[in-house]
Amino acid sequence: MTSSFWDREVETLARPALERLQLRRLQAVVRRVARQVPFYQQQFAERGLKPAQLRSLEDVRRLPFTTGADLRTTYPKGLVALPANRLARLHTSSGTTGKPKALFFSRRDVDNAAELIARCLVMTGVTPDDILQNMMTYGLFTGALVMHYGAEKVGCLVIPAGPGNTEKQLLLMQDFRSTALHITPSYALYLASYLEGKGLDPRRDLAIRKAFIGAEPYTEETRRKIEQALGVDVYNSYGLSEMNGPGIAFECEQQHGMHLWEDNYILEIVDPQTGAPRPDGQQGELVLTTLCREAMPLLRYRTRDITAVIPGPCPCGRTHRRLSRITGRTDDMLIVRGVNIYPQQIEQVLMSLPQVGSNYQIILDGLDDMTIKVELAKSAFDGQMEHLVQLQTEIINRLRAEILTKPKVELVPPGTLPISEGKAKRVLDHRSL
Amino acid sequence: MSNVKILAVFAENKLGQLARITRILADANIDIRWMTIATSDTFGVCKCLVDQCERAFQELQQHGLTVSLLEVLAVEVEDRPGGMYAVADCLAKHQVNVENSSGFTFNRRAGLLIETKDLDRGRLALEKNRFHLLTAEELLSR
Repeated sequence: MTSSFWDREVETLARPALERLQLRRLQAVVRRVARQVPFYQQQFAERGLKPAQLRSLEDVRRLPFTTGADLRTTYPKGLVALPANRLARLHTSSGTTGKPKALFFSRRDVDNAAELIARCLVMTGVTPDDILQNMMTYGLFTGALVMHYGAEKVGCLVIPAGPGNTEKQLLLMQDFRSTALHITPSYALYLASYLEGKGLDPRRDLAIRKAFIGAEPYTEETRRKIEQALGVDVYNSYGLSEMNGPGIAFECEQQHGMHLWEDNYILEIVDPQTGAPRPDGQQGELVLTTLCREAMPLLRYRTRDITAVIPGPCPCGRTHRRLSRITGRTDDMLIVRGVNIYPQQIEQVLMSLPQVGSNYQIILDGLDDMTIKVELAKSAFDGQMEHLVQLQTEIINRLRAEILTKPKVELVPPGTLPISEGKAKRVLDHRSL
Repeated sequence: MSNVKILAVFAENKLGQLARITRILADANIDIRWMTIATSDTFGVCKCLVDQCERAFQELQQHGLTVSLLEVLAVEVEDRPGGMYAVADCLAKHQVNVENSSGFTFNRRAGLLIETKDLDRGRLALEKNRFHLLTAEELLSR
């Protein structure tokens, strides 16, 4: 299969040239923050660090980490490196508690983020003939707007649908023949069960062929479920608002790992506890340094996302390394009865069972009890109580094998659990610990 | 001859679920002739025989319930000692495994609803041994 490119030269740049470009850009960004950003000036002073000491890419490890907490303590504008009148856009990152993180873009940053999205879309085969229905949240959240600008750059017709109002979404898909969706995994699953309920077959009744899915971690099993139910190819999208939003890493037509745009970011995988580097192929926390951002350069930002670099070149010809699917956020890890559990482990088990529907919820309460509410797939109910009990037992056994603790499992009818049209709230922690 | 159909509804085992189901049927003016409920700790299945099966199925589904239609055998049982044994013996001899069964009366006659995976074999066995298989019309007539 031949791949399509938006910017073939940069996307296939030989590694030595790519790394020289990275070093040159890293040196420039470090010099700039040392001049413009008091937060980094102080960090450098504490370490006795001078920009001139950065002589190789490995020297990036001498730089201090930046954390989400740093973004909060410097809120609102402590990390901005441009004069106020050069700022073009503000986004915030959803904080569940307290202040959000404020992220600023210059005009060039806005355009550059769109440029990266254009690379992402074109490598999945998107052309100006495509009609993208953008079902992410518009507004302070980066997800929808950054994708919007990128898809316009490619020349697509963009439908700024936003999330929710599924009936209207369907109308748009039918009337304007949308070919691609940008959507969260939980909403995609909900859409699938909604279409099933309406008796619609997307392959026959709709024109959708691709879905770009991100904003929440999801599993390979969920990807297959969505591909099957919606009749689309799903491309995994990785991003975080602190780094621009979506499009930082994206799958090519191989659908095997997400190319991270290394001319724009320096990528490291580190031990989440010690911060020590981990080699390609090993899981760890993703740490990113922005190389091209004007308004708000961030050095060694701790993403809290757990992933690994997939070793070796990709058949598509791109030289930018690939990240494996995000397996969890260090923040998401649950500790139940002394066992570390990522919600994705539970999702993986549930979504591998065809009798399981599109929604589930993990509830922690009492002292340390875990209950998982699982929606049955509509088509899986044959009226037999025994089959439900068997399924319940099978889910419990499979979960126990995966997470090493025995949860309570409740089967509930489809449509019972609250649906999410933005970011899903899968875990409710009511423990009185 | 078509088999008798019953409805099976999947519901959470919590307060108000039976009221929710029967309210929908009542509002649609559907008569419930027979009903059974099986529950586990957190969920249950409610099965019923109604006078307008297809319409009841549509109504429940439109109200967001998870419903399934089951085909069952309905056989008349003689109201005498050994009447039930005769049916059970016939099915066992023909290796028809009964998954669920429930007796009921209609028009002063006694009947048995039988859920089995071996519908056709069960029907043949019963017919060959001169049992009277009931049609939906017979069951539902007043």
